[in-house]
Amino acid sequence: MNTGEHVDNEANGLLQQGEHGVDQYLTFVMEDDEYGVDILCVQEIRGWEDTTPIPNAPSFVKGVINLRGTIVPIIDIRQCFNMQETNYGPLTVVIVLRANHEAGSRTIGIVVDAVSDVHSFSESDMHNPPSLGDAVNTSYIKGLAQASTNMVILLDIDKALNFDELQGFIDVQSKAVAAPMSS
Amino acid sequence: MSIDMEQFHQVFFEESLEGLDVMESSLMELQEGKADPEVVNSIFRAAHSIKGGSATFGFSAVAEFTHVLETLLDEVREETREITSEMIDLLLQSVDCLRDQMSSLEQGESADSERSHNLKNSFLRILESDDRIESSSASIALHKEAGLTEGWSIFFKPEIEIVQSGNEPLRMFRELSQLGRLKTTAHLDALPTFTALEPENCYLCWEMELYGKDISEAQIKEVFEWVEDESEIRIKPLTPNTDSNLKDNVGSEQLSNSINSELNTIPTEEGVNSPEKNEAKSASFSKRESASIRVGIDKVDELINTVGELVITQSMLSAVGQDFQIGQLARLQEGLNQLAQNTRELQESVMRIRMLPISFSFNRYPRMIRDLSKQLDKKVELIMVGEQTELDKTVLEKIGDPLTHLVRNSMDHGIESPEERLQSGKPETGIITLKASHQGGNIVIEISDDGKGLDREKILEKAVEKGLQEPGDTLTDEQVYQLIFSPGFSTADTVSDVSGRGVGMDVVRRNIQELGGSISIRSIHRTGSTITIRLPLTLAILDGQLAQVGDQIFVFPLVSIIESLEMRGVEVSKAAGGCDLIKLREDYIPVVYLAEVFGISDQPVLLDESLLVVVESNNEKIGVVIDDLLSQQQIVIKSLEENYKKVEGISGATILGDGRVALITDIGELIRLSGAMHINKMEAGNVMFPAGPQAA
Repeated sequence: MNTGEHVDNEANGLLQQGEHGVDQYLTFVMEDDEYGVDILCVQEIRGWEDTTPIPNAPSFVKGVINLRGTIVPIIDIRQCFNMQETNYGPLTVVIVLRANHEAGSRTIGIVVDAVSDVHSFSESDMHNPPSLGDAVNTSYIKGLAQASTNMVILLDIDKALNFDELQGFIDVQSKAVAAPMSS
Repeated sequence: MSIDMEQFHQVFFEESLEGLDVMESSLMELQEGKADPEVVNSIFRAAHSIKGGSATFGFSAVAEFTHVLETLLDEVREETREITSEMIDLLLQSVDCLRDQMSSLEQGESADSERSHNLKNSFLRILESDDRIESSSASIALHKEAGLTEGWSIFFKPEIEIVQSGNEPLRMFRELSQLGRLKTTAHLDALPTFTALEPENCYLCWEMELYGKDISEAQIKEVFEWVEDESEIRIKPLTPNTDSNLKDNVGSEQLSNSINSELNTIPTEEGVNSPEKNEAKSASFSKRESASIRVGIDKVDELINTVGELVITQSMLSAVGQDFQIGQLARLQEGLNQLAQNTRELQESVMRIRMLPISFSFNRYPRMIRDLSKQLDKKVELIMVGEQTELDKTVLEKIGDPLTHLVRNSMDHGIESPEERLQSGKPETGIITLKASHQGGNIVIEISDDGKGLDREKILEKAVEKGLQEPGDTLTDEQVYQLIFSPGFSTADTVSDVSGRGVGMDVVRRNIQELGGSISIRSIHRTGSTITIRLPLTLAILDGQLAQVGDQIFVFPLVSIIESLEMRGVEVSKAAGGCDLIKLREDYIPVVYLAEVFGISDQPVLLDESLLVVVESNNEKIGVVIDDLLSQQQIVIKSLEENYKKVEGISGATILGDGRVALITDIGELIRLSGAMHINKMEAGNVMFPAGPQAA
């Protein structure tokens, strides 16, 4: 886990580079990997609470919760990324994000293991994700960036939280698992 | 003393637009040669208010235009002129024209347009033509021969309450004096004694002489434009020898000066003058996505009551909290319950304010049908049912365009020409019905016509032509009808102004799906077709029945529940096609296992311990098997689509008292989900397109 000192370094870097093209990212941890989302998309961070399941929804949609009068779906990002399911406990964290789609914006909660840090990355810090062929959909990855010790996978929230695409993405994965295809 | 007129502009525009709506709907009631005085009066009143208002605010283009209009209406009102259909057309066009003028004024542009000039000229032509019954109206007939003279003698006796309507004689005199040299004589005969004098009344009348070469009568009349109906005005050309006894005019002008300066302070009321009928009919045309809504006073009262109770509860709670002892726990709890109830009521009444009757949207169609039937040379009658059905304002605004499109389609493609209709043994006049009703948690809007219906063969032919379909494919009626929602599809042989370009139906369907609704077509060739739109009442309040299935709670709209019974002892029979049926009195109704449909548990349902809820939608009944019935309560519908997407069989979500989310079942979809095959067999030709992504 990163320290406060690190954040200071980042902040200095930010000053030196000027404010152009520098975005802040909230990072979270899942299975020892660190992921980042644009901090401006983050509405709030809250603990896990029981959800109301949605009938016939894909398994990564955990259900909906009442967020001060708004119905907010909660999705398990682990399942989207083909990770092991874990049991949710009082320490499980939900990040509530605001994602844009064609007809407006959606508020969606994602379940993560733990929230980690806030980093600043500029455009030049970011590397394009490697092309991994058809079997792995990388369209929801905005880029990879290097924090002091480890790599952060920056997610494109608008794409990652698009239910139609997610569904297709899961389909691709399951197909890939069933019968790996070459590009 | 000047009043800042700008602040009244918005009110004037709103009032005028409402007035125009009244004019329009009244004009629709007018029939050729038969002028119902009440209807003519309401048109006249609306035109008059607009004229007065626009003159007051200095929108002279509008004032001039409405003046001509009003002159014509006045003659109709006085029954000196018959109303012709040409006049009604012109009047309707001028309503449109005025609307345009209003909107350009609102944006700070000039209201003077070529269109208004043309219309004005047409009106003037009618006015000048001599097809009046008799020329009894003295003031106009008198001066036809009078050209320009060296001056005019004017007698002006205003109505006693003239200044209360915001018209001020002094201002008119000032305006007259700009035309030429003005001599004014005031007659004080009618002035009562000081004690009987009402300071707000005008007891004076004037005789004036206006000297000047190039003054036309029209210029003078323009000055008195908006008082001429209430006042006695006589304008005569001056003969050289009438120029006498004007010596004492100076004093009287001073008098009128002083009186009028006092009267200046009376606010203008002309623009605020509202005809009684305005209440129900206001914003009805699409350009105005109004930022303000008219709310029934009962709804506001309800809101105030609720807030009052909330305040009482709040003070009660703070009294308890000030010096809290454990013994007061019961009181605290009671107060909290009350608070919860108040909050819920408050929420509900606020929501209810957003609900508007669908007539706001429907009201534009009579006019449209009238125009279109002229344009297309068809005879059509429009019947509207359930205009008072309330739905949410946002839905109402978004439904306008799709509805307009569908009505136009019915007019153009549905209803045949009168000859064709007579040939096929139908009455000459076609009927288009617009019907709105609440059904379950939905609002259902039906547009039906008794026209030629959808032509299966023609649609197929066109689809093959457009490459949407391979020739030789066998399609069900459902699939064929679905084709008309494809982009670019039109079976119209010729493209007309009205429709036939084929850009419409796919847009209609998309708009409706965006609102979370669905659209379906029922059609019988040569007999007519019905298009049914089902829309969720977003933000609406619903009486719900909570039901438990497994560990989940679902809400059934109470209105769609017919009865509930225990499953114990009820015999379930299997029908062909794998559908379970039960016999309920005389009917066999299909049974749906909610746990199964919604994939809640894999365990077989224990029928003996289950309950059956019989629900109805669209005249179809099904039995839904659930575990238990819980309480009934009012629920607030929350959109699931807002942050997620449409879920099959679910119309929305709500938040229960404990803060948990419960999903609301959509009975119509549940029926489809459960036994779509079975139902299709029974109702051949009834096609439903699910609103979900599956429809694409």
